[in-house]
Amino acid sequence: MTETLTDIAPTGDLLSKFDDLIQTRETLLASGIEDPFNLVMEKVLSPTTAICNGRETILLGTYNYMGMTFDPDVIDAGKQALSDYGSGTTGSRVLNGTYQGHRECEDALRDFYAMDHAMVFSTGYQANLGIIATLAGKGDYIVLDIDSHASIWDGCAMGNAEVVPFKHNDVEAMEKRLRRIPEGAGKLVILEGVYSMLGDVAPLKEMVAIAKKYGAMVLVDEAHSMGFIGENGRGVCEEQGVIDDVDFVIGTFSKSVGTVGGFCVSNHPKFDIMRLVCRPYVFTASLPPSVVATAATSIRKLMHGANKRAHLWENSKRLHGGLTELGFQLGTSEPQSAIVAVIMPDLERGAAMWEALLKEGLYVNLARPPATPANMTLLRCSLCAEHSAEEVETVLGMFERAGKAMGII
Amino acid sequence: MDSAAVDERIRALIEPFNKKGVTIEDATTFAGDLEFDSLTVMDFVAEIEDEFDIIISMNQQAEIENYGQLVAAVHKMQDS
Repeated sequence: MTETLTDIAPTGDLLSKFDDLIQTRETLLASGIEDPFNLVMEKVLSPTTAICNGRETILLGTYNYMGMTFDPDVIDAGKQALSDYGSGTTGSRVLNGTYQGHRECEDALRDFYAMDHAMVFSTGYQANLGIIATLAGKGDYIVLDIDSHASIWDGCAMGNAEVVPFKHNDVEAMEKRLRRIPEGAGKLVILEGVYSMLGDVAPLKEMVAIAKKYGAMVLVDEAHSMGFIGENGRGVCEEQGVIDDVDFVIGTFSKSVGTVGGFCVSNHPKFDIMRLVCRPYVFTASLPPSVVATAATSIRKLMHGANKRAHLWENSKRLHGGLTELGFQLGTSEPQSAIVAVIMPDLERGAAMWEALLKEGLYVNLARPPATPANMTLLRCSLCAEHSAEEVETVLGMFERAGKAMGII
Repeated sequence: MDSAAVDERIRALIEPFNKKGVTIEDATTFAGDLEFDSLTVMDFVAEIEDEFDIIISMNQQAEIENYGQLVAAVHKMQDS
């Protein structure tokens, strides 16, 4: 047998704690499979197609829900800002890193959400990390869904608050925990509009009402719903009519907006002080001028995206319905968002199916534990408003062939 | 509720989670001996929280590695 990486580890190697994971990965790749976590897109042809590992590939796992990445107005705005303001700010938002474009981007967010305050971070991860860690400190309580995104958990850990999780989307479990929190303690309830692994939506109407009843502040991460769900694309909290009771909405530019960056919007009168006390906002360089220019342009265009939203829903419904008819097991029994998660029996067959799809010319996300709930292996599909109806039919044909070849259906 | 009564109630609650039928002693660890994964921990903690009407935050859970520590922690929370 050939020597593996784990055999040659010297004692005291701090990386040896990852030996099990290294072994799993080596075993998987030894079966001859293309590495699902090392894919290179050599050329990107449009929001929905790219050349991956030498093949023309339909992109069905990019979160590029509204297809804004190649919008001509967005690209022009970015090019102009690159020429006018240079390639980067080289500074923190609170020192030399706030340009006119950062202000305009925050103005666009305030208009999009019809809220008083907006704060732009360099990534969505940092928005959750910074806002949560700064709001809830030692002695405060955070009540959150067990399936929350990693950036939410990391924000909880960084702030040293008492962390109390509840079973996914379980309203009663959430209420019980809120009821037991000691009198007088600060309380923050953290929810997501759309949970990205299964693409299911939270019962925000009930949950926000209960949080308010117990005097908790509420933060909702709407990363996977912005631009798409709700009358104005403000997310699940708008759709369910509770946005006015949500204290903080967190979002990202790296999904519907089509670039990179994160934000928090709020109507709290004291919100602006966060700019001085939130470390992941202060101690990092601000976004490049071209990025905030593309973001601001994209956000303003998303305000008028009703037709694209309607087409995205059609795509989501067709893919969900088609995969169900083919006999695949999906994360939700009806389409709830632009994410359709296909449940695989195990990692080995999930990875094989992923590769078979890639060879058909289709890219989806392979999601595996610990990122997934209940140790599931998922092939996660995220639809785009720019996928044509024909492309969705092509995708269904690819799933049918690959699923039959792999014995999944 | 005295420590023995807390012990008795937790012992009953742990039964359905003790899939391998491990003999429960004070030194029995949840991660090692009982092989609880994070989802099992969440469900088990929720059972205890409901039974005793308490909160065991994740920060407190991090300090509890074995059965004896759990009984002691719940007993203490009961009194307060």
